Amino acid sequence: MDLISPFVVELTVFVLAVFVGYYVVWKVTPALHSPLMSVTNAISSVIIVGAILAAGSAQDPLTQLFGFAAVTMAAVNIFGGFVVTRRMLEMFNKKK
Amino acid sequence: MSVNLSAISYLVSSICFILALQGLSSAKTSQRGLTLGILGMVLAVGTTMGSPIVTDYAWILSGLVLGGVIGTAIAKKIKMTALPQLVAAFHSLVGLAAVCVAGAALLEPRAFNIGEVGHIAFGSLVEMGLGVAIGAITFTGSIVAFAKLQGLVSGNPLIFKGQHPLNAVLGIGLILMIAFFALSESHSLFWGLTMVSFLLGFLLILPIGGADMPVVISMLNSYSGWAAAGIGFTLGNSLLIITGALVGASGAILSYIMCKGMNRSIINIILGGFGGEQTVAVRGGADQRSFKTGSADDAGFIMKNAKSVIIVPGYGMAVAQAQHALREMSDILREEGVKVRYAIHPVAGRMPGHMNVLLAEANVPYEDVLELEEINRDFAITDVAFVIGANDVTNPAAKTDPSSPIFGMPILDVERAKTVLFVKRSMAPGYAGVDNELFYKDNTLMLFGDAKKMCEEIIKALEE
Repeated sequence: MDLISPFVVELTVFVLAVFVGYYVVWKVTPALHSPLMSVTNAISSVIIVGAILAAGSAQDPLTQLFGFAAVTMAAVNIFGGFVVTRRMLEMFNKKK
Repeated sequence: MSVNLSAISYLVSSICFILALQGLSSAKTSQRGLTLGILGMVLAVGTTMGSPIVTDYAWILSGLVLGGVIGTAIAKKIKMTALPQLVAAFHSLVGLAAVCVAGAALLEPRAFNIGEVGHIAFGSLVEMGLGVAIGAITFTGSIVAFAKLQGLVSGNPLIFKGQHPLNAVLGIGLILMIAFFALSESHSLFWGLTMVSFLLGFLLILPIGGADMPVVISMLNSYSGWAAAGIGFTLGNSLLIITGALVGASGAILSYIMCKGMNRSIINIILGGFGGEQTVAVRGGADQRSFKTGSADDAGFIMKNAKSVIIVPGYGMAVAQAQHALREMSDILREEGVKVRYAIHPVAGRMPGHMNVLLAEANVPYEDVLELEEINRDFAITDVAFVIGANDVTNPAAKTDPSSPIFGMPILDVERAKTVLFVKRSMAPGYAGVDNELFYKDNTLMLFGDAKKMCEEIIKALEE
């Protein structure tokens, strides 16, 4: 029997994830749309996974440099995004 | 770590991310959700660092520390009014990081387990081309959005002749370049298409005006997700694909909500040019009409004697940093027995939910802040509508005048309140360049001045 091409498997995962995202995000309360934006910003920096591979396993210095730059930028985003989201959510949950 | 084990831990971190978004369905669960999101990220980074092909940690750790310090410092210091530009700046970094990762994958595919130089699979090259194009557009587009929000360039739409045909040519050229790149794996084509995408990102956002920024930011948010997903396809990494899809969907939904809030199509916004000079002609002849102005004392007196007040904040409140003074004012009113609530239009401010964050910062109770659909009916039974720094979102022309550029936009029905107080700097029209009928109504009182100063003066008047 032929194997399913990896692309088709990836596409399946992608399409299902779009559906999950669609239903989850419609449930987000409008008051929290700003934190939603900053937290999605932080998690889209999961691209750091690719950056780590480039910075940590490449032989060519140019590739390593690209990797290093990408790790740094993604890290700014991850830390910055999570910290600013935390700050916002604390404001929404302040004790009165 | 074995390949299967890492795949499973990537799955766990994807689930953490989904739960992080799900937590935002209410303020109570949101912090727990965020903690899960952070855990998911730690797991993802840890798993990748543990993979056997990663051998050199020096670059990784220095990048993490450097980026972590910078990111944390910025996020701790930033003022909440500057949130939209911060988010735009962060989006640009995701875009550029995607470009770097795609470049690295092209130069050394072995490091990513996608073949050898000159022999990368056609499919991977298509994905790489798409990923880098979206990443590059996100990068420069976000920089323009940042510059506009920060006031580094004018918020007016920048339009020149032949702009749309030029963009169309660039867009088609870009698609052709991706196709030829995928067929040839030519490095110069790769960098060429990256440059064209950079240019396109600039040109796409330049014509879009300041008040359309909520849509632009949401759109770029979405792009940054699709860019991550594109890189995920290239590297065959399901975590990147899932996360990218979540973020992409989230940004797309926010863009849709924002467009609906303005009754405009996404195409209309992307084509740009809304607001600014051409539409100003609409207000000709309006200058002669009479309107009533009032002082802080008048406003204080009216509100003190009201049973209920609905405050309608807009971008002007953010610019003047008036949220704290505003909250103080409403506290005093509340002590006087006045029922005070806030009405938020979906596109008030410069990013989705912007007003809610500012009011939360000023300690306004969460339950007093209501969305358009929740509160719109109550204007008819309220004594005072206090409009501060908002204009177009209250303009009745959106319902009555089919020739108005904002016709069809959902508005807050402040006109139905017994008295309307308008805090404004001058009679200048709002962003859409349309005159607001409300200013000239008998029951409208214009309060001219800076939003923050006006609130402070009203507080003084109330305390006397």
